[in-house]
Amino acid sequence: MNNGMQRRDFLKMAGVGGVVFASRLGFWADAAMGELDDFFFVQLSDSHWGFNNPGVNPDSAVTLKKAIASVNSLDHQPDFVMFTGDLTHVTDDDAERRKRMKEVKEIIGELKAKDIKFMPGEHDAGLDEGKVFKEFFGEMHYAFDHKGIHFVVLDNVSDARSILGNAQLEWLADDLKKLDKNAPIIVFTHRPLFDLYPEWDWFTRDGGKAIEVLMQHTKVAVFYGHIHQENQHMTGHITHRSAQGSMYPLPAPGSVPVKAPVPWDPAKPYKGLGFRSVEAKAKEHAYNVTEFTITGEVVK
Amino acid sequence: MRSRKTMLLLASVAIVVFIASFFGAWAVADEAKQAPIKITAKMFEYSPNEITLKKGVPVVLEFTSLDRLHGFFCPGLEIRTDITPGKVNRLEFTPQKAGTFPFHCDNFCGTGHEKMTGKIIVTE
Repeated sequence: MNNGMQRRDFLKMAGVGGVVFASRLGFWADAAMGELDDFFFVQLSDSHWGFNNPGVNPDSAVTLKKAIASVNSLDHQPDFVMFTGDLTHVTDDDAERRKRMKEVKEIIGELKAKDIKFMPGEHDAGLDEGKVFKEFFGEMHYAFDHKGIHFVVLDNVSDARSILGNAQLEWLADDLKKLDKNAPIIVFTHRPLFDLYPEWDWFTRDGGKAIEVLMQHTKVAVFYGHIHQENQHMTGHITHRSAQGSMYPLPAPGSVPVKAPVPWDPAKPYKGLGFRSVEAKAKEHAYNVTEFTITGEVVK
Repeated sequence: MRSRKTMLLLASVAIVVFIASFFGAWAVADEAKQAPIKITAKMFEYSPNEITLKKGVPVVLEFTSLDRLHGFFCPGLEIRTDITPGKVNRLEFTPQKAGTFPFHCDNFCGTGHEKMTGKIIVTE
């Protein structure tokens, strides 16, 4: 789904090192230059710890560990790392869910960056309304400020109906009320807030209500997971950008009759898997996004 | 006096005839509907998972969950309902186009959620 934003700039990214292929969300780029508040964060998503299907990922026991090592090997460490859900693969067994949460937390604990933020995916929280997830990773929706940007983390998975719910929507409106309408805002969600492809559950049933609230602000970007691939979409002036997964890729929306993980390609191991860094220029209101493979190469 | 009684009698007969004709028309309309179709949902299947309907004929789907919350979403016919355990979840609609329309569970229900699917076939 092309929204007109394209990878178009080779930028030397301070903090990541080397010349990298980055895409700039250029619609904010004509604002004043800012340097003091520049920083970058890493987005990791959909590690599906516990997934076991050798035809899809014969290396599932070490894929996340490789991604963590790659983040650790960046020349500079991110201000924080954000996991946008589905840390674990779903299980109907509560004890097994707990075991997977414990294991994935230990693996993530190997990150050099110590500010690590979490949110659930439906695989983590959809069966027990997030009870076990909260025990290990804390709150499922929250907000924080970092170097001039207001971040909002929304939970659109712990209600199995794929909704945010009225209480969270009211919380969102209340949280944003205190901000200037031109304040930069980054929203993290697991599912897309818009109707990307409802036939595959790639939507949030009441996501339109959240977008309505966000539309009252002029500088909003949404980073999400769930679909295990990059995708860019605009709703009005709001950009929505999904991330690669770190366990198995999924096909492009509607490209095959039945949604199923893309089989492993021995000629191109880890193809379609990775993580991203997002260099944020708060004063410029611009974000330079760089996609990495699981093994740490920049995706060109 | 007699004439008043006659009038009352005629009015009563008229009311009875009116009510009877109303229920009669209702019954005829009801016959045009397809009988309700009962569908059970459980982890991770619908039974039946293939439903044949006739275009233009109103139908009621009656869903019952045998375990946890499920969903029914048929994007091609633009119909959906939650399937909440402990109650009959009714969905009344009239298919307006012929064809085969896949449906699936759209309330995350566990390890086999992605495979909980079926199809509605609407004939001319």
